[in-house]
Amino acid sequence: MASINIKLNIEKLGQLQAICKEFNNDKGELINVLHKAQHLFGYLPAEVQEVIAHELNTSAAHVYGVVTFYSFFTMTPKGEHPISICMGTACYVRGAEKVLDEFKRILKVKVGETTPDGQFSLSCLRCVGACGLAPVVLVGDKVFGRVAPDGVKDIIEEYSK
Amino acid sequence: MEMIKVTIDNKVIEVEKGTTILDAAHTVGINIPTLCYLHLHDLNITNKPAGCRVCVVEVKGRRNLAPACVTECTPGMEVSTHNIRVLNSRKTVLELILSDHPTDCLICPKSGSCDLQSLAQEMGIRQIRYEGEQSTYREDTSPAIIRDVDKCIMCRRCEMMCNDVQTVGVLSAVNRGFMAVVAPAFERNLDHSECTYCGQCVAVCPTGALTEVDHTNNVIRTLADPSKTVIVQTAPAVRAALGEEFGMEAGTLVTGKMAAALRRLGFDYVFDTDFAADLTIMEEGTELLDRITRHLKGDTTVKLPILTSCCPGWVSFFEHQFPDMLDIPSTARSPQQMFGSIAKTYFAEKLGIKRENMVVVSIMPCLAKKYECSRNEFKVDGNPDVDFAVSTRELAHLIKQANINFLELPDEDFDRPLGDSTGAAVIFGATGGVIEAATRTAYEVFTGKKLDKVDFEQLRGMEWIRRAEVDFDGFPIKIGIAHGLGNARKLLEEIRDGKADFHAIEIMACPGGCIGGGGQPLHHGDSSILKARTAALYREDAGKAIRKSHENPFIQKLYEDFLGKPCGHKSHHLLHTHYFDKSNPVEIE
Amino acid sequence: MHLLVCGGTGCRASESETIFHDLKTTIASKGLENEVQVITTGCFGFCEKGPIVKVMPDNTFYTRVTPADVTEIIEEHVIKGRKVTRLLYINPETQESVSDSKHMGFYRKQIRIALRNCGFIDPENIDEYIGRDGYQALGKCLTEMTPEQVIEMMKKSGLRGRGGGGFPAGLKWEITRASMADQKYVVCNADEGDPGAFMDRSILEGDPHSVIEAMAICGYCIDGSKGLVYIRAEYPLAIDRLKTAIGQAREYGLLGDNILGTGFSFDIELRYGAGAFVCGEETALIHSMEGLRGEPTVKPPFPSVSGYLGKPTNVNNVETFANVPVIINRGAEWFSSIGTEKSRGTKVFALAGKINNVGLIEVPMGISLREVIFEIGGGIKDGKKFKAVQTGGPSGGCLTAKHLDTPIDYDNLIAAGSMMGSGGMIVLDEDDCMVSIAKFYLDFTVEESCGKCAPCRIGNKRLIEILEKICKGNGTMEDLDNLRNLGQVIKDTSLCGLGQTSPNPVLSTMDNFYHEYLAHVVDKKCPSGQCKALLRYIIDAENCVGCTACARICPVNAISGERKGVHIVDQAVCIKCGACLEKCKFNAVFIK
Repeated sequence: MASINIKLNIEKLGQLQAICKEFNNDKGELINVLHKAQHLFGYLPAEVQEVIAHELNTSAAHVYGVVTFYSFFTMTPKGEHPISICMGTACYVRGAEKVLDEFKRILKVKVGETTPDGQFSLSCLRCVGACGLAPVVLVGDKVFGRVAPDGVKDIIEEYSK
Repeated sequence: MEMIKVTIDNKVIEVEKGTTILDAAHTVGINIPTLCYLHLHDLNITNKPAGCRVCVVEVKGRRNLAPACVTECTPGMEVSTHNIRVLNSRKTVLELILSDHPTDCLICPKSGSCDLQSLAQEMGIRQIRYEGEQSTYREDTSPAIIRDVDKCIMCRRCEMMCNDVQTVGVLSAVNRGFMAVVAPAFERNLDHSECTYCGQCVAVCPTGALTEVDHTNNVIRTLADPSKTVIVQTAPAVRAALGEEFGMEAGTLVTGKMAAALRRLGFDYVFDTDFAADLTIMEEGTELLDRITRHLKGDTTVKLPILTSCCPGWVSFFEHQFPDMLDIPSTARSPQQMFGSIAKTYFAEKLGIKRENMVVVSIMPCLAKKYECSRNEFKVDGNPDVDFAVSTRELAHLIKQANINFLELPDEDFDRPLGDSTGAAVIFGATGGVIEAATRTAYEVFTGKKLDKVDFEQLRGMEWIRRAEVDFDGFPIKIGIAHGLGNARKLLEEIRDGKADFHAIEIMACPGGCIGGGGQPLHHGDSSILKARTAALYREDAGKAIRKSHENPFIQKLYEDFLGKPCGHKSHHLLHTHYFDKSNPVEIE
Repeated sequence: MHLLVCGGTGCRASESETIFHDLKTTIASKGLENEVQVITTGCFGFCEKGPIVKVMPDNTFYTRVTPADVTEIIEEHVIKGRKVTRLLYINPETQESVSDSKHMGFYRKQIRIALRNCGFIDPENIDEYIGRDGYQALGKCLTEMTPEQVIEMMKKSGLRGRGGGGFPAGLKWEITRASMADQKYVVCNADEGDPGAFMDRSILEGDPHSVIEAMAICGYCIDGSKGLVYIRAEYPLAIDRLKTAIGQAREYGLLGDNILGTGFSFDIELRYGAGAFVCGEETALIHSMEGLRGEPTVKPPFPSVSGYLGKPTNVNNVETFANVPVIINRGAEWFSSIGTEKSRGTKVFALAGKINNVGLIEVPMGISLREVIFEIGGGIKDGKKFKAVQTGGPSGGCLTAKHLDTPIDYDNLIAAGSMMGSGGMIVLDEDDCMVSIAKFYLDFTVEESCGKCAPCRIGNKRLIEILEKICKGNGTMEDLDNLRNLGQVIKDTSLCGLGQTSPNPVLSTMDNFYHEYLAHVVDKKCPSGQCKALLRYIIDAENCVGCTACARICPVNAISGERKGVHIVDQAVCIKCGACLEKCKFNAVFIK
């Protein structure tokens, strides 16, 4: 029987346990805990989920079931500059798909992936409510409005090292 | 109870308020098909996520169709269970499920006992109009259970069993939408999880998604090897269920036919795990009395209650979930392992053969036994005490493959010396049986008096957790019984919190005990089958000449010739074990 | 004088924070801070023309303001009293600039109840909310009315749930009140997930107190002391403003123990969604709040009877709550005088797509699509032809020219094969392919299906596969039959609202635009030229001069021809990348 050893940096582990404690180690608060944990680690690797399961007195399978249910949670690290393309209807009818294709083409990644150098990750999100600016692209927290496929290159260059 | 009138397929019926359409229809002989629904009445186990949508019916005035399994009847409700709209929807939904399901039925281990397959036949599905991409996942093989996840239909029965009944928490629905499936954490393999291999997920899986690791071919090959002496042992619960695989009524005892069949299969010696169950009582009973006596003498280091340790699912459970309590259970090995150990020492010596040339096969109602016999502590120089554990279902396959007409077989006896047992041993297969057997012996040893009546009715039944007191001649022995690991958890937590004052507790992982084990013929949600098997075991006990383990003359002889005394040096070496902390420690980098 | 700067998400994305900051510092540098106040408000709604700066009291409405315009606004308008004409809104029909918002077509037909304070007050200042009758309704309920009277008033007002289902709010409150329990919960559903709807977020960003006040009133009515707002984690601004507002309300004794000395206690906590559209369904939402997968369960039991932690729980969405204080203040009769017989009051719509005035609008129920699209929305962008409007998001359907004069209300939309939904309204023009639109929504549903029930989990997947097949030119007539049957069965058999409505975009486009489906299936053509696989790049022999540029750029060598001779595209090889079209300088390449 192989047992799974959890490896975490002691400082981060302490912070993670503090997060769980902040929510009274209540498994009903799992989603709030996951939000904070993802904020701390940038993503939710299996080790983090195992610790959370242990702290909240629930099963790792349950935590994993929840993590994989919600699109906001991710088990892969995001790029330094996470790029999100709004796929709300307003953006879609104003050409978001073509913009997305251009990002995919230039970055050579699929949706949900990160470039090998860790610079950019590509994702789609639901309406961000800036429909007046459609199509909209977010890089980190910055919103780019009325993005045309030929403007994609400039956006990437702005962030490239 | 308030009664209400409803109309189902033009029949006006009166039902209790709160009755579901499914149950109401059933009372007038209308059997609405179901798939994800599971209800074991006597055990109060229910799974109705209303996810498969096969049981939909039309309720007049309702916009969409209603799932009969969860929709309660309301006064004046008019239900149609098979009009064209309902039938078309039901068939379309079924086609959809089949469109995301492999169609390798001919070679599927579940073929013939698959609920999905039967339903497709009943509904006359002859084509799948909506073919498309199928969701595919990695197959997972563990020591006992195979997960062929492509065949999962998200009925969630296994998830319910693993979480709500067993509280093991290995399985959960993961992902969402088309890729949603039931899986262990991080979609790892079962052998990287806290799985106890109790097999209750397999027992309820309607398709071939969860099946046992099949050892029938290993057995066939071994039997054909002239250099091997092949010995078989059969667990108590098998004889009460095997007949079902041959169309016999649930609860038919087939002890004699089973022995005959095993002999015809070519086993050199047909023995009985019941013999080892009597041996278990000698060891575990002695340990119990020792702990009680020391306790009464004021020894504060003694751990009470003592917990039974016959059930490998239960052993895994406390190793994973209660690593702080490893010193409470009895150290006695399970009957399967005691048998293997004695067979490959005592009996091998008697035959004058080397242990490498002896193969022990066990027929078990259980899947955890497959895992148990693979544990390293039950091996000597890499040679396992028990080589193969095959389930009741696998035995039926072996019998069929050997062209044996099971129904026509004469009743035969087990071989000696490891085939003779008492009534106390046969009830090991039902919840409460082990502790009743132990009580029969412990009482007589403790009090020095003969029992007038060996039946302890207060220890029997299907209630999840039972508490009883047995008067040991003025000293009340407090006994706890739990079946189903979720209930075991409750008792363990009571002990941990210091709230329990039991002397002895019996725990069996499976609902109903071994008769409801993960290797038994499938009950398909009919809990009366489990009750019938239990009754059969008590019937066999009642019919036995000897009903107390310590009176088994072959057991007495074993101690005289070989073991010495119960819990003595040799027994300790051969019949006892130790437990491991299998919790996941958080390792700091 | 007040300068109102829009602080909604859309305008903030276009530097409205810098504009606010620059206005403030410039005012200060001119020593005008006592006469002129600069305030950040919630969304004005007219997102198309953002960032917006509005000057009060004269309602001057400056559009597409940039930080570079700040000095001029102050020098000209604030100091000299002359409007900066170049920043005024220009009426697209008359090409005349409009001096104030009251004369703008965008606002003229609107009645703003739920959005009453959005764009008027600083959402981070409780005093401004109180200054516009805020918390008056709560006071009135607690001191002058019994819970039964309030519920009666809500019922009489005819307010129906604005989240999509349209269940009467007063009735819901009454049922929750009637359920006996030691604790009951008021839940505000702010998990707005419809792609193309953002009204709940705008309300929370622009007027968070209206929701807090309404939740407290609801708590009083159902006899519950705990409120929970389930809000999308992707709404950071709304979360911040809501948190600020809750803090201020507690400080003022409007939340917490013994509110206004009446003995009634009520407080609110936030719970975060994590990106699952299905959590808009109330049972799924409740499971999500309990830390579980957001899978819906069968109703009954309804949350009003058994909800959060098994206790009676009243779930309403943001917009529904935002209506409540006004109803209490102005009366049920006033509210029910607006709208149609079965749909009282107003509805907020997120108007987007191929329309001139993209934005958030609030209109009386019963208004026609024509008024919304052509008067408020200013007509179709770039002078194209109106084709359809999609309402109800992934649960809704398409309405066409024949529905332009249908009064918009819950029941009429359902009768027309669509639904109100949360209020997304996407306008489509002649360039939009209806099969692709159906595919877009279904793609969303497939992505968002929880996977619990078979028809939604597998059925929607099959629907989209058929649509993809059709868009690739491989569809058959049998596929069209299968689409209809499957769609109907998914509607009939799915567990929750998501599945029960998910085929609507397909069924409604099939009803209204069957000829487009036929064109894809029979003629293998996409009339709108959107389906790439069905496009044919053709070289016009008249215009081709044989420069070979197209042949050289073609990545798959599909174009052949002699220098100075006419070139030909081999359709079997062409991958429809469009490179030849872009390269040709002689307009010889065209799409058929």
